[in-house]
Amino acid sequence: MNLKLKALTKSIWVFHVSAGSCNNCDIEILDCLTPRFDLERFGIQLVGSVRHADALLITGAMNKKSVPKMKKIYEQAPKPCVVVAVGQCALSQHMFKDSYNVEGPLDSILPVDVYIPGCPPRPEAIIDGIVKLVKKIRGEK
Amino acid sequence: MSHKVIVPIGPYHPLQEEPEFFQLYVEGEKVVDIDIIIGYNHRGIEKLSESKHFDQVAFLVERICGICSSSHPYAYVLAVENILGGESLVVPERALYIRTITNELERIHSHLLWLGLAGHFIGYNTVWMWAWKYREPILDMFEMITGNRNNYAMFKVGGVRRDIKDEDIPILKKTLDELVPAVDMFKGAVMDDPVIQARLKDVGVLTKQQVIDWCVVGPTARASGLNIDVRRDDPYGAYDKVDWNVIIEKEGDIFAKTVVRILELYECVGIIRQCLDKMPKGPIDADIKDIPAGEGIGRVEAPRGECFHYIRSDGTNRPIRHKIRAPSFMNVASDKVSAVGGTISDATLTLAAVDPCYCCTERVTVINKPDNKKILNGWDLIKLSQEKTNKIKENLLK
Repeated sequence: MNLKLKALTKSIWVFHVSAGSCNNCDIEILDCLTPRFDLERFGIQLVGSVRHADALLITGAMNKKSVPKMKKIYEQAPKPCVVVAVGQCALSQHMFKDSYNVEGPLDSILPVDVYIPGCPPRPEAIIDGIVKLVKKIRGEK
Repeated sequence: MSHKVIVPIGPYHPLQEEPEFFQLYVEGEKVVDIDIIIGYNHRGIEKLSESKHFDQVAFLVERICGICSSSHPYAYVLAVENILGGESLVVPERALYIRTITNELERIHSHLLWLGLAGHFIGYNTVWMWAWKYREPILDMFEMITGNRNNYAMFKVGGVRRDIKDEDIPILKKTLDELVPAVDMFKGAVMDDPVIQARLKDVGVLTKQQVIDWCVVGPTARASGLNIDVRRDDPYGAYDKVDWNVIIEKEGDIFAKTVVRILELYECVGIIRQCLDKMPKGPIDADIKDIPAGEGIGRVEAPRGECFHYIRSDGTNRPIRHKIRAPSFMNVASDKVSAVGGTISDATLTLAAVDPCYCCTERVTVINKPDNKKILNGWDLIKLSQEKTNKIKENLLK
């Protein structure tokens, strides 16, 4: 395995990008860090700058104003960088599909590695998604 | 002559979960002006609402903001019921109590959430972890009553979707009993801690006059001594059937805003307890089939302030106009007075003190410069250039 990819499986630092979401997915992501779920015991933590991030958690319905900024953030992230689509809006735009102010679903804009469905996904689902991501990088089934 | 520097914050920054863009104009350490640029969350909900029928819109407005996912549908169903003759005439009494309980549980979870984030902003991560730890049982209660931690799908025109079962009531009461000591601890930790007092007192002050001038609503206004609360002024649900107090503080600084929110937690617990005791048996849904032509408004005291919905119906199964004004729309603008004059290090906290919710607030703006010239983007310039070429061509052909 690529050494850089191997390093990713140890403790993933995530950066959270909201591209026109309703706050719920964002709050559930933060909820994963609080005492009941406590993701930090696995070395997973939210970082303030995308330049420190290994993974991008992207939520929201891909608002036309935030998509260019999101692309810029993806370009700034150190590679390899995995992209996780959190929530139904990022996956398929949910009920905002017909809106005048949204662009296509996330995987038509950036390459997506893991999809976490739900409106909003429960913290358990987000943790499960991250575990699947680590397994995918390791090449496990 | 001092030098003015612009400090850009955002749109993606660790300060707040949602994307928004602040421009702080600073002279040295002092903030002299502030620009707030929003629009990164706009999803065109008012327009989408016109393409959905009355039952679907309740699910749509729930997703305006994840934290207020009971206030927005509540204000919407109130607006529709206003066309039908008013909530108290249409809705069965048990449904009124269930609506009130959902709305107050939401206020507890929202205030605890803000309390935690405010602790995080001033560097007290312990407060953040504590507050969010005590918030979890409330979310469990939501899951028990409504079936989901957020986005409750509880409200429909004419009633509620799910009943509160008799065996759930003791569990709900026990959770509230366990919450009260936690709130007591918060009250002690915030009101008696000298560091928090030094950090929050006289920071981000909004005077009563400023609050009136900037149309501030909700706990932000009540912390400045303005006695305003939709639950009391224009009662809906079961608020006029239970005893509770409107919490008012005089100072208007961030400390007062924190105190108002903490004391409101006790009131919420009291309201829910009384509702659980007084709740009558009976139907929970009036089973409304048709919405007549007409227009109606709905006002709900969301955790952040007054949430306003306007619905116009032409007798078909869809609203032909849906107007939403969320509380943060007025509260966020007051940053212009509260953050200006403070230091940059206080600005982060002051901007967060109104409990801003940009998802609710989002608007599309057309930017005009002061001299009424529109800002042109690349396409517009190319278009102008092509138009000029065409004109020259036409002139030559003549």
